[in-house]
Amino acid sequence: MTALIALFWRDLRRAWGSGALWLPVLFFLLVATAFPFAVGPDAPLLRRAGGGMVWVAALLAALLPIDRLVRPDRDAGVLDQLAVRGFADEVVAAVKIAAHAIGFGLPLMIALFPASALLAQDGERVELLATGIAIAIPALASLAVLSAALTANHKGGSAIGGLLVLPLAVPMLIFGAGMLDPSGRGAIKLLAATSLLLTMIGPFAAGAALRGLRE
Amino acid sequence: MSELLRLDNVACIRGDRLLFENLSFALGRGDALWLRGPNGAGKSSLIRLVAGLLRPAAGTVERRERIALIDEASALDTELPLRRALDFWARVDTVDGHTVDRAMDEMALAPLAEVPVSMLSTGQRKRAAIVRVIASGAPIWLLDEPANGMDDAAQARLVAAIAKHRSNGGAVLLASHFALGIPDLAELDMGALA
Repeated sequence: MTALIALFWRDLRRAWGSGALWLPVLFFLLVATAFPFAVGPDAPLLRRAGGGMVWVAALLAALLPIDRLVRPDRDAGVLDQLAVRGFADEVVAAVKIAAHAIGFGLPLMIALFPASALLAQDGERVELLATGIAIAIPALASLAVLSAALTANHKGGSAIGGLLVLPLAVPMLIFGAGMLDPSGRGAIKLLAATSLLLTMIGPFAAGAALRGLRE
Repeated sequence: MSELLRLDNVACIRGDRLLFENLSFALGRGDALWLRGPNGAGKSSLIRLVAGLLRPAAGTVERRERIALIDEASALDTELPLRRALDFWARVDTVDGHTVDRAMDEMALAPLAEVPVSMLSTGQRKRAAIVRVIASGAPIWLLDEPANGMDDAAQARLVAAIAKHRSNGGAVLLASHFALGIPDLAELDMGALA
């Protein structure tokens, strides 16, 4: 257990070290800033479309750091050293998912509020967005670590990684953005179910991918 | 006769190439085996196979004790000072700071404790990897070219560390293309297996 905590803190330290904490946040805010310029200052239109834009930006922000989630550890021999010590690949993957969920999820939740303001979201919609994204963060982290593990053997793998997990993320986008629709009251339960499923599958799929890196 | 490690009729295939087959040996307490042979003979593959990082194509590998591995990657976070990078592995191996101190003294790395790993030379990183192996307290050492980039003084310290480990009842499997001057060393010529 001490070992797993050490592993978790190491991942978190590496995520937040050297200012990388702000990278997904800046990206997220950048999208929120650019969107009104692109669609024009029509507040009702911004309010309708902005919620979905927040979801798309959150998904892309989760996938932004996949280059440094697994590959550096593979190259440095850290994954081999953990395997030699008998850590199951699934456990290593689960710790990485947890660290990524906190490492990018926490700053993302904070950035959500200024981003919502930029996209003309009112109080009720901000609440729905915050709830939805908080539910989705473990699943987004799961997908990010999975694609990072799948593409760790390829140079420039992050671009492929995005394509790999995008289909898996589509249900979360639909239900998450669906929560904002006044008729979409059941969407939050479907979002939670989707997030739970992806979060459960994540460690096993990513663990298998980590094992594959050694062959 | 307590065996720490036993290989029975092990075969290894990398890509489409059979590297070796019907390989059997056992290591007991205090034993050391030198894997020699030209590049590509399968020394590193055999080390990774024993470490459990590769699966044998045939045969069985039995490990009865914990393993410590050195390969070409140092597995130390380059942005951290050496001591903190080693402390991470000490926490993973649940050993205390004194054990790391002693191991650093053994490899004469104590003066470099505050230097970032990225500033260390190849030989110094190898010494740091040996500190990690010593501090882990694992009875089975798998050393893949541990002396690469080391000067004579560091090699002597490595040989002394290996001798101490063996006298404490540990076993060493060493892959190297040159002899390190380790006394009482069994040999396995990987070049003759192909």
